[in-house]
Amino acid sequence: MTPTEPRLALLHITKRYPSVVANADVSISVMPGEIHAILGENGAGKSTLMKIIYGAVKADEGEMMWDGRQVSIANPAQARKLGIGMVFQHFSLFETLSVVENIALVLDEPFDLAALAVRVKEVSERYGLPLDPYRSVHSLSVGERQRVEIVRCLLQDPKLLILDEPTSVLTPQAVQKLFETLRRLSAEGVSILYISHKLHEIKSLCDSATIMRGGKVTGTAIPRDETPASLARMMIGRELPVCEAPAYTGQVKPVLEVDRLSLVSDDPFGTSLANISLTVHAGEILGIAGISGNGQAELLAALSGEQTVDREAIWLAGEAVGHLDAGQRRAKGLVFVPEERLGRGAVPSLSLSRNALLTAHRQGMKRWGLVSYQKAKDFAEQCIARFDVRCGGPGAAARSLSGGNLQKFIVGREIMLAPKLMIVAQPTWGVDVGAAAFLRQTLLDLSRTGVAILVISEELEELFEISDNIAVLAAGKLSAAQPKAATNAESVGLQMSGLFNETAQPTESSHASA
Amino acid sequence: MIESLIPVLAGAIAAATPLIFAGLGELVAERTGVINLGVEGMMLTGAIAGFALAAETGYGAAAGLPAGALAGAATALIFAFFALSLAANQAACGLALTIFGIGLSAFIGQHYVSYSLPGLQPLVIPLLSDIPLLGPILFKQDAVVYLSFITFAVVAWTLARTRLGLLLKAVGESPESAHAIGYPVLGIRYGAVAFGGAMAGIAGAYLSTVYTPLWVQNMSAGRGWIAVALVVFATWKPLRLLLGAYLFGAVTILQFHAQGLGIDVPVQFLAALPYAATIVVLVVISRDRRLLQLNLPASLGKPFLP
Repeated sequence: MTPTEPRLALLHITKRYPSVVANADVSISVMPGEIHAILGENGAGKSTLMKIIYGAVKADEGEMMWDGRQVSIANPAQARKLGIGMVFQHFSLFETLSVVENIALVLDEPFDLAALAVRVKEVSERYGLPLDPYRSVHSLSVGERQRVEIVRCLLQDPKLLILDEPTSVLTPQAVQKLFETLRRLSAEGVSILYISHKLHEIKSLCDSATIMRGGKVTGTAIPRDETPASLARMMIGRELPVCEAPAYTGQVKPVLEVDRLSLVSDDPFGTSLANISLTVHAGEILGIAGISGNGQAELLAALSGEQTVDREAIWLAGEAVGHLDAGQRRAKGLVFVPEERLGRGAVPSLSLSRNALLTAHRQGMKRWGLVSYQKAKDFAEQCIARFDVRCGGPGAAARSLSGGNLQKFIVGREIMLAPKLMIVAQPTWGVDVGAAAFLRQTLLDLSRTGVAILVISEELEELFEISDNIAVLAAGKLSAAQPKAATNAESVGLQMSGLFNETAQPTESSHASA
Repeated sequence: MIESLIPVLAGAIAAATPLIFAGLGELVAERTGVINLGVEGMMLTGAIAGFALAAETGYGAAAGLPAGALAGAATALIFAFFALSLAANQAACGLALTIFGIGLSAFIGQHYVSYSLPGLQPLVIPLLSDIPLLGPILFKQDAVVYLSFITFAVVAWTLARTRLGLLLKAVGESPESAHAIGYPVLGIRYGAVAFGGAMAGIAGAYLSTVYTPLWVQNMSAGRGWIAVALVVFATWKPLRLLLGAYLFGAVTILQFHAQGLGIDVPVQFLAALPYAATIVVLVVISRDRRLLQLNLPASLGKPFLP
């Protein structure tokens, strides 16, 4: 029996929001067993479209066909009943509940945890996604949490599985395992909608692709027959921008030195840091790879000064600063761009010029304790012009800017403070391709003026593009930094799973003598 | 010696009963992420509604408790409308509800100031009450005390063993996730808050129609606040809440006896003792921050609009 009817067909879907048309006349069809990519930048309308399919958002116009019948899906429960499963980008799991409890909450069947646990184990092993049903979710790694989400969908016998940016938090090895599972599912006849902006993944996994830009379908493609460059052209409408990394010619001296930093986290869901040492020189970008939750938040807090540590654990330009708080370290030439743009990098409801004041107040913006708003405004205007921030001027509220433009403003604001050392977390998280390239080039240019930069990021490609040296933070331990040319994504990926401890230790001899 | 403790402990059980009702109700509401500081107010509305109906109908507690539950739930729904539907600050709404309850109960209670009710006779349970020591303490009580045992068992079992209990916890931990997988977060929170109100109402009605069956203004005397504190210090676990409530009850009765013995300590100090002792003991046993954080409903006090 060959399938002739598409599993899912969307016909002329349109969804308008007050200020923006999220989906305009979008049509897509997916056959049984097909792995179909939805490719597009942030803000292209992918997520809205998936929410429409999953019943979380209602389309204004258009029709949806399921196995040849017209359907209208009012809520996620109804979508699940039809056989639509969704793995969310930001997981929809409950941290304090166990794996099996999390799964029980979405299943429409009598409540019997013991019986369910057996099935969870069985299904998870059948698809190569091993899980302990009784572990608490908060003790699982990000990759394991994603397994929970996938197993949860599989237990509902899905006919269509939607995955929203599923690999953004996985190591390269975990991505390969995920792909194996997805191919197996597709061979069993499950259709898969795979949302991503990672071109090489789509090329290696997907049978077909729909490319979206600005809420519209701009093309369809067979990814195998395309190149990443041609896919990128369809996705962003022009060539993929490339960063230039000229060699640094200035004086090389250490700016940031961390010496055996240990920190016990008092958050039960946190990670303690163990014996971390690193050095960042002037003119160097040190990239720290690793999956969030492996001590990233704790390391950033210790480096920025939000959490003070032993005086001698952190040195800034030859001076012990471990005991100083964030303000005192900033006065000595450290700047910090946190991961959360709204809420920590900037105050959402305040104007850009007031947000400039937050960290730039030392630039002569106050006299005798009084603030000069004119100077703050001038500063913001300069920042907007110099870093190409698209916004409604210095009076615009921070929350009115797109992620990319706000990040340009925040990074720009910190660069204008003429720092010696810049610490950046997830510099291009949720930022469109154009702005991301601009930000990376900005960081590269800054480092070549003699500033030391430490970048913590989950995006390996980004780190390989801009870093001079790369270290990996896993389970609160930091691997030795290696020059970019001496390492590659696979070896960094292995270290991300925490393997550098085992390989570093000479355990062979003890085995031999035994 | 031990024999003389029996009336003290039996009294402690009765004194703890309103705290058990009010505390369990608040515990369920907080499990879903809603902190309702209006427990004192809901208890007082329940107390006056129960007293009024008991007095007017002549059916006593049999009419008073259901009336108290309804009144408590109705008051809780006022809170729910502002704090949940309009996403107003939960602490502010709860405080306002307490002030409202104190005022409303005093206003309606004007007519009943000199009234008293017959109260309830102890219901001696055959066989069980013959158990040495425990029998006379636990099983020669009034019917409402037995109801508190049953309520505790049902709530504890529901939270630990059923899908509903899991769902309440899930909503309290991450309303966003619960919404994403298709649960009606606001509806569940409304239900939990209304249950909390009904329980607080029963607690109040027990005070006014059974425990001290006469109307005194502001007769809950801060027990609503102790209930709120108990929930936190019990780290949202029913069994710990039960123990905390009995501790409060025991100190309450002991200080009555101390007053009776004419110990030379100001009466006001002795009257404050149960509150202080309960808080101190609970703070000491729950000072483990990790335990608090692990059990804390992560969305507690944070408004959620789908």
